Amino acid sequence: MKFYRSHVLIAIDDNSLKAGVKKIESLLRAKLEENKLSEEINVLETGGLGYFGTGVSMTVYPEQITYANLKEEDINDIVEEHFLKGRVVSRLVLNSTITKKYNFNYKNRVVLENSGIIDPENIEEYIGVGGYEAWEKVLTQMKPSEVVDEVKASGLRGRGGAGFPAGVKWSFTAPIEAKQKYVVVNADEGEPGTFKDRLIMEGDPHKLLEGIMIAAYAVGATKSYIYIRGEYKLCIHRLEVAIKQANEYGILGKNIFSSGFDHEIEIKIGAGAYVCGEETALIESMEGNRGTPRYKPPFPGVEGAWHKPTVVNNVETIANVPAIIKNGADWYNTIGVEGCRGTKVYTMMGDLKLPGLCETEMGTSLRTIIDEYGGGMKDGKQFKAALVGGAAGVFLPNEMLDVKMDFNSLKEYSAVLGSGAILVMNEDVDIVDILWSIIRFFRHESCGKCNPCSNGNTVLYKLIDKIRKGKGKEADLDMMIKVSEVMNKTSFCALGQSPYMPIKSAIDNFRDDFLKRMK
Amino acid sequence: MYEKIFKKYSPEKENLIYILHDIQDSDPQNYVSEDAVQKVSEFLRIPISHIYGVLTFYTMYSTKPRGKNVIRLCESPPCFLKGSEKILIQLCEMLNVKVGETTEDGLFTVELCACLGICGNAPAMMINEDVYGDLTDEKLIKIINDIKRRA
Repeated sequence: MKFYRSHVLIAIDDNSLKAGVKKIESLLRAKLEENKLSEEINVLETGGLGYFGTGVSMTVYPEQITYANLKEEDINDIVEEHFLKGRVVSRLVLNSTITKKYNFNYKNRVVLENSGIIDPENIEEYIGVGGYEAWEKVLTQMKPSEVVDEVKASGLRGRGGAGFPAGVKWSFTAPIEAKQKYVVVNADEGEPGTFKDRLIMEGDPHKLLEGIMIAAYAVGATKSYIYIRGEYKLCIHRLEVAIKQANEYGILGKNIFSSGFDHEIEIKIGAGAYVCGEETALIESMEGNRGTPRYKPPFPGVEGAWHKPTVVNNVETIANVPAIIKNGADWYNTIGVEGCRGTKVYTMMGDLKLPGLCETEMGTSLRTIIDEYGGGMKDGKQFKAALVGGAAGVFLPNEMLDVKMDFNSLKEYSAVLGSGAILVMNEDVDIVDILWSIIRFFRHESCGKCNPCSNGNTVLYKLIDKIRKGKGKEADLDMMIKVSEVMNKTSFCALGQSPYMPIKSAIDNFRDDFLKRMK
Repeated sequence: MYEKIFKKYSPEKENLIYILHDIQDSDPQNYVSEDAVQKVSEFLRIPISHIYGVLTFYTMYSTKPRGKNVIRLCESPPCFLKGSEKILIQLCEMLNVKVGETTEDGLFTVELCACLGICGNAPAMMINEDVYGDLTDEKLIKIINDIKRRA
């Protein structure tokens, strides 16, 4: 193996590609070559670093200096000053208070531990940091039932929104005798404000594959699908590369590690429909139909894709599995809080200094996430509300900033963790506008299968639009709560049940905003 | 003209969504024509009504001819909070079209879409396969003019 004096990790994601990272990378390589440094300094591509609005950025190891917002003309300085003379180009360094926090953050990471550190398009780097060890352990030392028990004991809960225990879900499918079973990964990330799965797939696709294989072995599935939304081009590319490499290395395919277990993973691409995040609608879409939800029961675990037993899990849930198997359920139980183990990946946006993502222990307070990871409020404005959990989430006011972020604690406040999206609003934001935007979204995305959802959302939209235009009455607020409550109780799937949460919390906590429009 | 696409897939219903993606991407007007639906129906042996059901369900497909560049501006709450409405007004004024319409020169179609998953850079839009974030009035003018110049 070759030794390098330094490693330069360049973040490649949608954001940096747009800012011209490829051109800058080739410039850097040429410049290193020109200075005879290419044998000493290794340039690698990696996933996004987790913060946004920083254009082209790269981190130099071992110094761990992150340069950001790089332009072509900066490369000369970096090579001549930093690599030749060992002097850090301080004008290009990303604000150190930011990077310090992110370094601290890395220690707590489970799902994103490798993101921004390894090259996602090179399987050897993943293996080099201990990847596929869990897969090997499972195949050579564990019975399928032991894998299910381990995940059950870990307390891992689904990260798609509902928080159903993953091990329990697997235990429904595992004992069923069937010629064919499937594992389906839900990567149809459509909840507004959520992009955690994109960053997992872009930054560490092999971790997802390893998790899928372990899940498949546990329930006895020989084929898996990753259902991914059509807009996520880079994810699709990276997963295709990863699957190809895993097949070449004999990690996937026939008779893996001489265990007699066969497995195949296929990517399915969506075509733009929010409702396909619902597991049975996703299965319908996979089969080439309109993505409308199916009646439950039977649940997919018993009768899913092509009417075969199918385990459907979210990307983040599956990405937790390798670490649980490798380190054991006891280790996983030391992270997070009782009833909600492990970490959660949050996406933070809105009026924050540092929109982006963070991964932190379950049970961390909303205040900590906003202040420490999100950098606090932008432009010195006051905090007004946070919409937690995406469009199907809840508006939390200032008084609830200390709420602990986990499934159980949020439930006490009639709130939800949902997908982990946190949209932060400052004092200038009118909640009526945001609620209008949310209801418009639901009205557009309703699939039309059931009456409460398709008609209900239209009624809600008319009411909120009237209020927004200053023609509403106070009675309209009660009407909105009433209608959404009926929808919550009678709709076919979670989509129609969802508007109740944002509507109720917006009107309860920010009634004044609505009344102002009625004068 | 569709044989090349059909060759890539086995004639099973589960491949319908990919076949429609491929047909739309290969069409210069970015849509799935009646003729194409007819051919897909024969290839997969499924009713035309089923294919139209699928085509009109998913937002990424169009059954009407569109411009060379399909602009999909995100209207979800995070982008809305960051001013996507203003961007939309400016975009429509610049191109002199309403949402869903195509410019006279056939260069642009303006559409709205749900969350694109790049909310850290809100407001955001996609033009064909390219993503644009942190949109401002000036940025928008530059993006549109760059495409016009290249055309």
